[in-house]
Amino acid sequence: MNEELHYIVKRAAKGLMSRREFMGRATALGVSAVMANALLASAARAEGPVKGGVLRAGMAGGESTNSLDPALAASEVPFMVNMTWGEMLVDVTAKGELDMRLAEEVSSNADATEWKFKIRKGVEYHNGKTVTAEDVIATLKRHTDEKSQSGALGIVQGISEMSAEGDMVTLKLASGNADLPFLMGDYHLIIQPDGGVANPAEAIGAGPYKVVANEPGVRHTFERHANYWDSSIAHADQVEILVINDNTARTAALQAGQVHMINRVDPKIVELLKGVPGVSVEAVAGRGHYVFIMHCDKAPFDNKNMRMALKLAINREEMVEKILGGLGTVGNDFPINAAYPLFDDAIPQRTYDPAKAAEHYKASGHDGSPIVLRTAPGAFPGAVEAAQLFQQSAAAAGIPLEVKVEPDDGYWSDVWNVQPFCASYWGGRPVQDQMYSTAYLSTADWNDTKFKNEEFDALLLKARAELDATARKEEYSKMANILRDEGGLILPMFNDFVEAKRAEVGGWEADPNGELMNGRALVKCWLTA
Amino acid sequence: MHPILRLVVQRIALGLLLLLAVSVLIYAGTEALPGDVAQAILGQSATPEALANLRESLGLNQPGYVRYFNWLGGVLTGDFGKALTNGQDIGQAIAQRLGNTLFLAACAAAISVPLAVILGLVAARYNGRWPDKVISGITLSTISLPEFVAAYFVIYLLTQVIPIFQPVAMVFPGMSFWAKLQAVALPVIVLVLVVLAHMMRMTRAAILNVMQSAYIETAELKGLSPMRVIWKHALPNAIAPIISVVVLNLAYLVVGVVVVEVVFSYNALGQYLVDHVAKRDLPVVQAVGLIFAAVYISLNILADVISIVANPRLRHPK
Repeated sequence: MNEELHYIVKRAAKGLMSRREFMGRATALGVSAVMANALLASAARAEGPVKGGVLRAGMAGGESTNSLDPALAASEVPFMVNMTWGEMLVDVTAKGELDMRLAEEVSSNADATEWKFKIRKGVEYHNGKTVTAEDVIATLKRHTDEKSQSGALGIVQGISEMSAEGDMVTLKLASGNADLPFLMGDYHLIIQPDGGVANPAEAIGAGPYKVVANEPGVRHTFERHANYWDSSIAHADQVEILVINDNTARTAALQAGQVHMINRVDPKIVELLKGVPGVSVEAVAGRGHYVFIMHCDKAPFDNKNMRMALKLAINREEMVEKILGGLGTVGNDFPINAAYPLFDDAIPQRTYDPAKAAEHYKASGHDGSPIVLRTAPGAFPGAVEAAQLFQQSAAAAGIPLEVKVEPDDGYWSDVWNVQPFCASYWGGRPVQDQMYSTAYLSTADWNDTKFKNEEFDALLLKARAELDATARKEEYSKMANILRDEGGLILPMFNDFVEAKRAEVGGWEADPNGELMNGRALVKCWLTA
Repeated sequence: MHPILRLVVQRIALGLLLLLAVSVLIYAGTEALPGDVAQAILGQSATPEALANLRESLGLNQPGYVRYFNWLGGVLTGDFGKALTNGQDIGQAIAQRLGNTLFLAACAAAISVPLAVILGLVAARYNGRWPDKVISGITLSTISLPEFVAAYFVIYLLTQVIPIFQPVAMVFPGMSFWAKLQAVALPVIVLVLVVLAHMMRMTRAAILNVMQSAYIETAELKGLSPMRVIWKHALPNAIAPIISVVVLNLAYLVVGVVVVEVVFSYNALGQYLVDHVAKRDLPVVQAVGLIFAAVYISLNILADVISIVANPRLRHPK
């Protein structure tokens, strides 16, 4: 390797040169892009994690009303805070595999109705106590309590019996669920001493960092848990989350080096930010999606032809291009994409077809009165513009949409789940079963399309207990087709997580499970300079 | 009783009455918001039993006036209760954030008030000539900028083009005074830009108004320099209107700077109030509302008192 190339590879690996700059110079030295990438990756590996320093994230999605109680986490900052101080039984890797954390081993019986988790020995909480199987049971009990208000309530409801024996936790389910271990990776289910019943917001966990300062809506600071069991992560001495809800200030803080990484980069400024030295934009294809939901049980959406007409009257490519700035992929009216295991890519892509939409619209026998679509700036970024685009593409098919812009305040209590047709978003779930169970099962708490289909429900329950992957994939495919053709969900696009980081951040990895490496960016990354 | 003292006591008593009336309005207003507090806390997954339990524990079954007096009693003894959303003690949270609010307001006032008065005097001195036009032009254009535009401009200029400040202006207990000053530099600059024109224009107008008087003419005829005439003879007599506009702007610096707080992520009361309004966390909304009202009323009393004291006719009763 020539000397200059060697030099710039080292600099780039140390984070002293941005990736963009490196690629530019390497190309100038006659190295192919593929080769340059490989060089950089191997050099970065050789460089290895660096210990020490204070790693900071600037994040949108925090309020002064936030609590440290893991059960109550609902927005991005509390999620990230949980993932920094807390540890669950398992985690889900970027590839969608189980990452064993407090559980060392997991096994099930043949019909997936009984699961055993072997708890790792000698893991310490921040207060010096040791993690026990009883703590796990107590934690799960707290989240299954109807009064707990836990965000994981729907997940743990299926557990009918739990017991602890030595270091073994046994969970029995009312009906089989092959995905149960994945559900235990839900970010609410942080294992706490005695289940954290006395004071869940004390934030005593077994995670890599312990909470030092907790100022909701302002900042959260942490220091490394000295006795953390896994030495392969938690590199920085201290980590910090600054809550910066304003887009401009967040971006400026990253550029000024006040923070090392930010979430939710506005798609409109991605191109500008890419040109800033020392900063790189990371767009990660995930499972989150922006949707328009129709209530299948209310007129005029109780008419299948009307639902189909609207699904055909939306221009998905245009949405991805204009609303997401190209940072996303088109949806197909069911909430699953290639980021999920067992996704069936053979299902045909629905496209904009005004002629066919007009046919269905006529067949629906609608009286021609305006169909009201409610939206709000906060329904998802660009939701108002998306509704207007939808209005235009539908008008071309002769469907009279009327866009009604609602205030953000009260949108989730007064419009979503109440009005028959509105804009919304979903963050996605680690596995298909969980996504469908949360929002499309007839009895689901959050069945926001009021979709009730016996065949679909039966397939879901069958697939849940199915341990054979091929058979499951087939069942999921059938379900996707049913939802796509019958459901009240219009899913034009899956949005990427658009984030940005500084060049001195090492160990970054794209993770489709959630924003900022599924909330573990502060735990898994390190500072190279 | 000395007439000034009597007027001051009257004003303070009136202020307290007004505050009491405001407390009733705040309480009634927040209670009248659509939706039940218990329902708002428990959200859509609430079961009827949980709702009943919570209503009981929050005392929602009692009549409104009983709850109002309980609340008022708590407030008078310094107990604002706990936030519904995260159980934090409201009094503590407010104390810290009010401190930050006042720090920001004090920094902005310490720069803007003397600057505005001096600029106003200079503008009055050179009335209609180029210094007056330059000063008026610049301050009028900064006040015409919406705050967030001014803020973004300042962020761009002073963190990106000339990187001397940090865009995020959070302050924490334990930070040195110097570090705090550095942290709030950008919001202070924006606030100064926003409030300067109003105070400057009022100073200028008040001085010019007094300058029409006969005694100013006398002073001029005595051969005093124009600046001395303004400083010694015009300013003391123009103080009342100037004070009232200064105080109005001080009140704004305390209760009206939410936009600036949001843009710079400054952890003060405005942001705290907005977050809790969004979550229907009524005890916090009531507490912050009352504090804002108290600040506004006290500052207005202060303005009244200063104007009274500055009034020679009251200072020398017959």
